[in-house]
Amino acid sequence: MIDTNVNLFQWPFRRVAGDDPASLVANLRKKGVTQAWACSYESLLYRDTAGVNARLAAACRQHGPNFLVPFGSINPRLPGWQEDVERCVEVHKMPGIRLHPNYHGYPLDDPAVGELLGLAASKNLVVQIAISMEDVRVQFPLMLVRPVDPGPLVDLLKRTPTLCVEILNSGYHGGVRTEHLDDIAKLENVYFDFTCHENVGGLAKLIAQTSPQRVVFGSHYPFFYFESSFLKIWEAGLPADQEKAVREGNARTLFGR
Amino acid sequence: MRDSTLSRRRFMQRTSAGLVGVAAASGGAAAIDDPKPAPQSKTPTASHSPVLGAQNTDVGALLKSYHIWDVHTHLNRFAGTTAEEKVDDCLRWADRMGVERMLVLTVASGGRDPDAEGMRLMNDECVKAVKKAPDRLFGCAFMNPNYGQACIDEINRCVRDGPLVGLKFEFDTVRLASSPEMDPIIARIGELHGVVMQHTFIETIGNFLGETTPVELAELARRHPSVTIFCGHTGGTWELGIRAMKGVPNLYSDLSGSDPMSGYTEMAVRELGPEHVLYGSDIEGRSFASQISKVLGADIPESARRLILGGNMRRLMEPVMKARGMKI
Repeated sequence: MIDTNVNLFQWPFRRVAGDDPASLVANLRKKGVTQAWACSYESLLYRDTAGVNARLAAACRQHGPNFLVPFGSINPRLPGWQEDVERCVEVHKMPGIRLHPNYHGYPLDDPAVGELLGLAASKNLVVQIAISMEDVRVQFPLMLVRPVDPGPLVDLLKRTPTLCVEILNSGYHGGVRTEHLDDIAKLENVYFDFTCHENVGGLAKLIAQTSPQRVVFGSHYPFFYFESSFLKIWEAGLPADQEKAVREGNARTLFGR
Repeated sequence: MRDSTLSRRRFMQRTSAGLVGVAAASGGAAAIDDPKPAPQSKTPTASHSPVLGAQNTDVGALLKSYHIWDVHTHLNRFAGTTAEEKVDDCLRWADRMGVERMLVLTVASGGRDPDAEGMRLMNDECVKAVKKAPDRLFGCAFMNPNYGQACIDEINRCVRDGPLVGLKFEFDTVRLASSPEMDPIIARIGELHGVVMQHTFIETIGNFLGETTPVELAELARRHPSVTIFCGHTGGTWELGIRAMKGVPNLYSDLSGSDPMSGYTEMAVRELGPEHVLYGSDIEGRSFASQISKVLGADIPESARRLILGGNMRRLMEPVMKARGMKI
């Protein structure tokens, strides 16, 4: 089972089980995960992105070689973000990057996003875009961070057809559902995790809405209980081949494109 | 320029080689304890968490072993045009997730601020649902405290003379749970040994007009200490909701209807005691899966897990079931 949506280190507003790399790796292995694509909670608020990514890469090497796959954070609002991309590729040998537009305060139609996606495509990086991290209704009152609107991706990604993109944490956020997924799903190079897709049998509905070949497992661990996404697979009652694809096969395809 | 695609493929090849070893090292299937009711202890000790993951070959058997009762369900959006059809669809999913019994709060919407006729129509649907599956479903009568006498009439019609066992108060009736208009309604359901479910939330972005918080519900519960009251969603912002609920013995935390944020159940058990925490789903807006994970994924004793998933509900529903002559 490949978990495409985990983070290392501490969530800024709460201590949770698994928020140190060693226990995160141990817990995920115990649950049958064979590979986890990891970013860093530090990336949400820290401005020294280069330092964040260096610590992420080091922790992945130390605690999860051949298990944790580091996805560096890039904030295109920071001066010199292009060098952060270069370091992810050349120094840390990262296969992908993760964006947090809502925490970093930019809409996806920001011109820098187009430039960033173009650069990522040229380097064959997988790009993960986190729509949200936490229900806005329960956030810390001095720091409200609403989900980003993925709508601009519909046109943006048409310009980078070779880029592989995974949308993280789309779905249900405090009474509001992510819009534009139908249009985004028409793009063959876009994948989706189902962490935040709710309703009974929500995973099956997401597959119907998008594609059986482009829905991948993500847990949002350790902020969410890992068992949530795991049980969603069981709840959906997918055909065996689809279940296998969601657990692992689709992620391998995404990674190997 | 480095060929990153090749690099990604190589990485996958390396990790897949380790797959078998990892699976073997991860241990066997989770232990399934015997299903007898857990002892009610304020200080849980023994901890044996189920390991729920890829190595489980029969997740269904594990779920069924917990004899799950769900304190918070809505049938409104299940497939079907009638209450009976919605019940059929809901039970299909419940069976898969090992949920034995559910407290149904609504089957149809009455819109904002439903009047006496609106309440009657909503409650008629709930009665139909419960009659369709009386061994699987309990039902609550929807209450709009802006129409006090109509609420009393509905309690008499649906609970005293009908099959429903409790009351549901929502956020769209613009009346806080702490308001005095609630008192005669709560007193009447108390006379019938019924239970009360009140939606609560503490929204950082601001509550709806009249949306009750756990602070206000605690006030109501203190005024009616003999009535069992469920704090719907534990206020959503559960770190605040749990604090507000402390020291109110007849008020119970309903874990339903929020994201499966790690630490929620652990804090509820630590601060309120496992006897005061209940699993609820808030289906169909939520999933059984995400909400059950709050209990199966929590770092709590197995005895607490069994209380939360069903033991507490069985204990709390016993008075009204006895009063109604229902099989326990």
